[in-house]
Amino acid sequence: MDFQLPDNVEEFRSEIKEFIDAEWPESLRNKSQTEISYEEERTFCKKLAKKGWLVMSLPEEYGGKRRSILEQYIFQETMAYYGAPYGTTATTIVAPTLMRYGTDEQKSTFIPRIAAGEIDFALGYSEPNAGTDLASLQLRAELDGDEYVLNGTKMFTSLAHKADYCWLAARTDTDAPKHKGISLFIVDMKAPGITTRPLWTMGGGRTNQTFWDNVRVPVSQRIGEENQGWYYVATALDFERIGVFPVSRVRRQFDRLVEYVRTADFGGYRPAQDPDVRRRIADLSTDLEVAQMLSYRAAWMVSQGQVPNYEAAMVKIFGTELQQRLTHTATQVLELYGQLLEGSPHAPANGYFEQAYEAAVMPTFGAGSNEILRQIIAARGMGLPRG
Amino acid sequence: MDLALTENQQMLKTAARDFIEKEYPWQKVRDIQESETGFSQETWRQVTKLGWPGLPFPEAYGGTAGDLLDAAVLLEEIGRGLLPSPFTSTVILCGLPILEFGTAEQRDDFLPPIASGQRVMAFALTEADPRYEASSVTLEARRDGDAYVLNGRKLFVRDANIADHLLVVARTGDGGAPEGGITLFLVDATTPGIETALLKSAAMDRQCDVTFADVRVPASRVLGKEGEGWPIVEWVLQRGVLAECAELVGVMQKVLETSVEYAKNRVQFGRPIGSFQAIQFKVADMATDVDGARFITYHAIWRLTEGQPAGDDIARAKIWVSDASRRVVREGHQIHGGIGFIKEHFLYLYFRRAKTGELMFGTADAHRRTLAASLLD
Repeated sequence: MDFQLPDNVEEFRSEIKEFIDAEWPESLRNKSQTEISYEEERTFCKKLAKKGWLVMSLPEEYGGKRRSILEQYIFQETMAYYGAPYGTTATTIVAPTLMRYGTDEQKSTFIPRIAAGEIDFALGYSEPNAGTDLASLQLRAELDGDEYVLNGTKMFTSLAHKADYCWLAARTDTDAPKHKGISLFIVDMKAPGITTRPLWTMGGGRTNQTFWDNVRVPVSQRIGEENQGWYYVATALDFERIGVFPVSRVRRQFDRLVEYVRTADFGGYRPAQDPDVRRRIADLSTDLEVAQMLSYRAAWMVSQGQVPNYEAAMVKIFGTELQQRLTHTATQVLELYGQLLEGSPHAPANGYFEQAYEAAVMPTFGAGSNEILRQIIAARGMGLPRG
Repeated sequence: MDLALTENQQMLKTAARDFIEKEYPWQKVRDIQESETGFSQETWRQVTKLGWPGLPFPEAYGGTAGDLLDAAVLLEEIGRGLLPSPFTSTVILCGLPILEFGTAEQRDDFLPPIASGQRVMAFALTEADPRYEASSVTLEARRDGDAYVLNGRKLFVRDANIADHLLVVARTGDGGAPEGGITLFLVDATTPGIETALLKSAAMDRQCDVTFADVRVPASRVLGKEGEGWPIVEWVLQRGVLAECAELVGVMQKVLETSVEYAKNRVQFGRPIGSFQAIQFKVADMATDVDGARFITYHAIWRLTEGQPAGDDIARAKIWVSDASRRVVREGHQIHGGIGFIKEHFLYLYFRRAKTGELMFGTADAHRRTLAASLLD
């Protein structure tokens, strides 16, 4: 057994850290999600593109670096720790899926521009009646000549108000079983008939509801075969097994909590001297190490060519629930100061911990609800019969 | 034994629920919360008309001679509908101690306008050290002729921005132990030297930063005796804890009800999600948390109103309710999924109300210390 990361990975980590220090300074790291503009993120992504880090797993001819799994892993962990943007729908879903299933024309049209950070994609998966049960999606795509005509509604269409394109899942066969009538499309967001309504989230960020009214998309922008979309959606999840939930995101919050509590002095009350606070900090530190180990294990498996389907589920469940525990503990040990919001007089770290507590609500049901993931651990992992 | 509400309490509960549901849908609540003062004169006028501010006061002062259990029934409904009002600040935290510890003159002066909704009050205890402990009180009151001069700062004072009078906890002398030398003052909020600034709290409940610079208060406005104020503060805190718990029971009740409705109606995988065991277990845990919270709170209030020792029960109530309210809101969010994460959804308001309630009047840990000390020392 050897818990030491290989030298090349450690060297890469240092290189990333240097880059972040130069390009994503302290002032940006401590900003809340509401304060960081989309333009700031895009500018930063273009710098990542110049380093070849935006799509680093891809071959060189598509702008990648063929980085190893552990290098990709350490990249995500390091970027997430500093709150720097690194993975988008374009880089984590669109580019790898096109590499595998796209036509030559689709690859050459989109991948180099994604790799260069020039274009961005909205994600059109969820619908009002298709959340955890995504395969029940109903947005209709009907063939009309050499175009499909799209009609329906999408929920949580992230980036729809900014992106150039939408990566869209739509129903092309209403008679087939629900998983077998879905196709994937790339739709130009400037196409007539798309209406976007903002949805502001508790995390501070914006997502959207989108309405699709006779939106036309050329057949050439369908991905792969008709009615095979669900299969592509599912395999795209495989690209994400190491990035399912970066533990470093919680580590960052923990480190900030420790840093804050260490010197906090509320009119003579020093939380750092409080035995209850000390015990909670020690417990969180221990939980965090467990999360880190589960995360290393999943990454190591991928690096060995194994598929960590239930092991990755453990990382996501444990990490997201730890994040909720950590952020509520943070607000609690700050006593009444813990409920002060960003912008309030006397708010510790300008409301960072309260904001983090709000944002931590979503990850336990977003991107695969923890209930479904627990079923995966029990059934696929432990071999229990499916209910 | 009779664990049911009395007929009067049931009527009060039904009337309060009907009023709030009809007049204050959550969007309207949000609008009041987001207004400049966070207070609606119209709401206060309406609830005054319903007799709420007079509830626990004797008829001689214009009240209806109810007790803390009656008030809790009301507070639960206020919590369930998140109705913004200075009810707790005015009635529970200030009116009740004036009734209990005030001079005849103070009672005559304050209680009728409180009971008739004319006078809004705020209780100014916590400071930079936000714990509810005697040692945290540093605001200084110095005797000067027939008056006292107050200097210092109070934080997290709910409703100070709209209060006509403040009940201020100050230090008048070095009484040896931290509990000594503490005195309470009934202070006209328009007295020169008082400045109030709003904090932004999760519950949007208008907590304030109040500074006192050479604020003169007549000696006749001391509540209780000079230097003997800490037992009064403890008396007020016991009621404040329970009022907060009662409101949080209402918060939890609402989240439970709507989560059950959502689980019945939201269809995924071809069936209501409430038919899945994973969701059923959550609903069962939530219901147990809510019922536990309700009865542990009412039991503590009952002991208090019966004049029985209630300190341990009050601590247990806040320990349980602080943690259970967080759990219930969390599971409510998990059941609602993405739609509950949108700021426009009512759950957001309940989530934030629960966070403030968890910390207000002592965290679960603070009450664990109190309870453990009582059991072990």
